[in-house]
Amino acid sequence: MAEWLKDVEPLTLKGRIAVPYSWWVGDTGSRFLMSLRDDRKILGTKCPSCGTVFVPPRKNCGRCFVDIEEWVEVAAEGVIEAHTIVHYAYPVQPVKPPFAYALIKLDGTDVGFLHLIKKDLDKIKNGLRVKAKFKEERTGSILDIDSFELI
Amino acid sequence: MGRRVAIVGVGQTYHKSHRPDVTSREMIREAVTAALADAELTIRDIDAIVIGNMDHFESINYVDTYSVEGSGGVMKPIMKVSTGGTTGATVAIAAYYHVASGLFDRVLAIGFEKNSESDTTGAIITCSDAIWDRFSYSGAIPSLATEATAYMEKYGATQEDAAIIGERDRNNALNNPFAHLRRPLTVADIMASPMLAYPIKLGDICPRSDGACACVLAADGVAQKIARKPAWFKAAAVRHTYTWFGDSTDYNKGLVSMQRASKDAYQQAGITKPAEEIDVAELYLPYTWAGLKWIEDIGFCGPGEGVRFVRDGNTHMGGKIPVNPSGGVISTNCIGATAMLRVAEAAIQVMGRGGKRQVPDVKNALATGFGGCFWSDVVILSTERP
Amino acid sequence: MDNAAIVGVAQTKYERRKKDQILADLVFDVTRAALDDAGLAIGDIDSVVTVSNDFFDGRTISGMAVGDAAGGEDKNISTVSGDGAFGAFYGLMRVLSGYKATIVVAHYKGSEGSVPITTNGMFDPIFHRHLGIDAISAAALQADAYMARFGIREEDVAQVSVKNHGNAKNNPYAQLPMDITVADVMKSRKIAEPLKLLDCCPISDGAAAIIIANEEIAARTKKKPVWVKGVAHCCEEYFLGDRRLSDPVALQDAARRAYAMAGITDPMAEIDVAEVLEPFSYMEPLWLEGLGFCKPGEGAHLIEKGITTMGGRLPVNPSGGALSANPILVAGLARLIEATLQVRGEAGDRQVKNAATALAHGFNGPCGQSHCVWIMGGKK
Ligand SMILES: [Zn+2]
Repeated sequence: MAEWLKDVEPLTLKGRIAVPYSWWVGDTGSRFLMSLRDDRKILGTKCPSCGTVFVPPRKNCGRCFVDIEEWVEVAAEGVIEAHTIVHYAYPVQPVKPPFAYALIKLDGTDVGFLHLIKKDLDKIKNGLRVKAKFKEERTGSILDIDSFELI
Repeated sequence: MGRRVAIVGVGQTYHKSHRPDVTSREMIREAVTAALADAELTIRDIDAIVIGNMDHFESINYVDTYSVEGSGGVMKPIMKVSTGGTTGATVAIAAYYHVASGLFDRVLAIGFEKNSESDTTGAIITCSDAIWDRFSYSGAIPSLATEATAYMEKYGATQEDAAIIGERDRNNALNNPFAHLRRPLTVADIMASPMLAYPIKLGDICPRSDGACACVLAADGVAQKIARKPAWFKAAAVRHTYTWFGDSTDYNKGLVSMQRASKDAYQQAGITKPAEEIDVAELYLPYTWAGLKWIEDIGFCGPGEGVRFVRDGNTHMGGKIPVNPSGGVISTNCIGATAMLRVAEAAIQVMGRGGKRQVPDVKNALATGFGGCFWSDVVILSTERP
Repeated sequence: MDNAAIVGVAQTKYERRKKDQILADLVFDVTRAALDDAGLAIGDIDSVVTVSNDFFDGRTISGMAVGDAAGGEDKNISTVSGDGAFGAFYGLMRVLSGYKATIVVAHYKGSEGSVPITTNGMFDPIFHRHLGIDAISAAALQADAYMARFGIREEDVAQVSVKNHGNAKNNPYAQLPMDITVADVMKSRKIAEPLKLLDCCPISDGAAAIIIANEEIAARTKKKPVWVKGVAHCCEEYFLGDRRLSDPVALQDAARRAYAMAGITDPMAEIDVAEVLEPFSYMEPLWLEGLGFCKPGEGAHLIEKGITTMGGRLPVNPSGGALSANPILVAGLARLIEATLQVRGEAGDRQVKNAATALAHGFNGPCGQSHCVWIMGGKK
């Protein structure tokens, strides 16, 4: 560091990039989010080639690179495949730590579904069954599922 | 020295102001699927992928990893190249080096943007230096307007002269089924449109579009088996110099980056008389004035001769060097894809697949990219294997 | 592949906050230092690649801020948005395509942005981002999946942190040289279980540069050229739940192809030192498995048996790795620089004896979605 700068407080300039975004959910994602909002149902799509049931649904299979058209309703419950209890806080988190993230294999699907667990953190273990808890006020967002709870 | 490389397939989405039916990832897949179909290949034939956009237009960090489901990048090498407005061209050029290096035989280049998802100007402003420029001199229009007034002062060009470029490109867009704005626009319409920053009016500038473009590049020996008439790379040149907007205000010199990139490209291609040897050009003209001034920097005509060159019809369809048969950026502007569309449209012309927008007997086609801080790229494609 | 070599390297010291230098200053310093290291002038360089990321720099077209500082004036310049190992790969391809010498620079200032917010931006804006997930919590999910599958204890991975912070004491560029014990790691603050503070990399500022050149230039540089023997990259699926997080399949594929290029059939026997990108302690053993140094689930045994410590058969991260300094993007290029220094025999106190073949690795995306593997050697 330059000698003269050691004797003073170096300047910083405070800034923030604030650009508003509206991401189009698209026809595939919209059907999924509207189903959460209107029917409290979780929908997936099934690849015609490899048979994988994806949740959230995909318009095409990344593995086979083919279009997906078949919709399936999947269970709102499943098994914890991996989890972490989060202890640090930052502004984007929808809930105050501690809380957990889990990859949950919903019954009838072939991939893990990422979501939150807010209660019974000391009891969470991989392999345990959990069930979706829907919010009362739903807007068409992944957070229309408030969280998953141990069964 | 590197291997020879050709474009053997191109694909693009239909360009629109909004694509509410798809996410970026899904829109990318439309372009990729189209490019693969054009080359009669499947995703399994692709050895590597290069992708690019401008991060703050969709707010997605690492679009290379975000997009794999749509790009076809699952279990393939994928790399992201991002250089602002020039991105589409620099992605295509990066794909060119992928193949020229000898490491990959068939490479997919992808450019995309969903401008409808953000505030384009709000995002562009953040390219200006946070400490010095962001509060004062930023956004694309003020700096372009400064360039235009300098050109008017020096050569006496008029607003009507510039409007001819808009009329030309928007008219050409009627022949391009993929173009975003497919309504004719006349000089009178442009003159009557609202003033944004003197002398730039609404009719002088590009729109904001959603869209994606993909090109398949292949190596010498492979390319000939894929395409009947590959579009061979004769040159790829990039000049991205200035850091500060204030550094680029000596507009009397012209667009220095374009002069340098063109010189480099002509040297690579062995071209000595560009106006005679180039048959068609797809130029990244974000506003009408560029269509007068930058053709001087590219060397199609001398300094100050742009107005005369255009007014004589040289750049119109049927002229000496038709410029932007596709309708250009004035008609379609999905930023991360825009410069790649120039390269792709040049390839279409070389491959003779332009349909109603085809220029007859194209041998050499020139494409440019523009962006950043008055940055320029030049690509020359040819029917002739270099 | 034609011969190409790394002929010049430079890095800044990595620090929590560089208060007196802006990004362009850092880039200018390492550009000049890499040229000095190679004994080349800027006029010898005909191609420039910057490694820049708009999110981390808080700036659209972030490459613009450093192009001049990297010597890009009137040269063919471009920007890779991703880890420096990928930027170097682009630099190599330019040399193989006919450019004589490419300089690749990477820069990052963690002190100027928010790591959770910028890495939250890696996740799907519709389905994942609102859950608040970021690079750290995603890594914790991967650590849990990996450790639970193979019965790896937190103490086992803590040893990686002990080793790497200890190695950092021999590296003048490292940010966190530390004498710590497994007990210190275990009792450090919980971040996202099973990750504790000392399982995680610091936030760092810094820059690095390399010069990759063709044979003609390499014949007249000041330092011994270090040759590219093999390099490859590969990306796997995006959604965390689509992946088996304990199986680094993209890394396996990249390693397989890099080894094939380099003619390596038994990596443990043929590679003398490895620098892998491990911002979290569990990543080192997981990546070593992906790189084929051992079977799946056995990565943590390598350190226990002393194989990956200094003096072992395969010292891993003699520099202290990303646990000791993690300027994102720069970090992968730093791995390549360290591998180069090892092969040159110029790694000072962190030198591995008789290092003839070195491996370097970097990755992009959450939980190591896209990996790049380099094999560097002393002979053409
Ligand atoms: Zn499938």
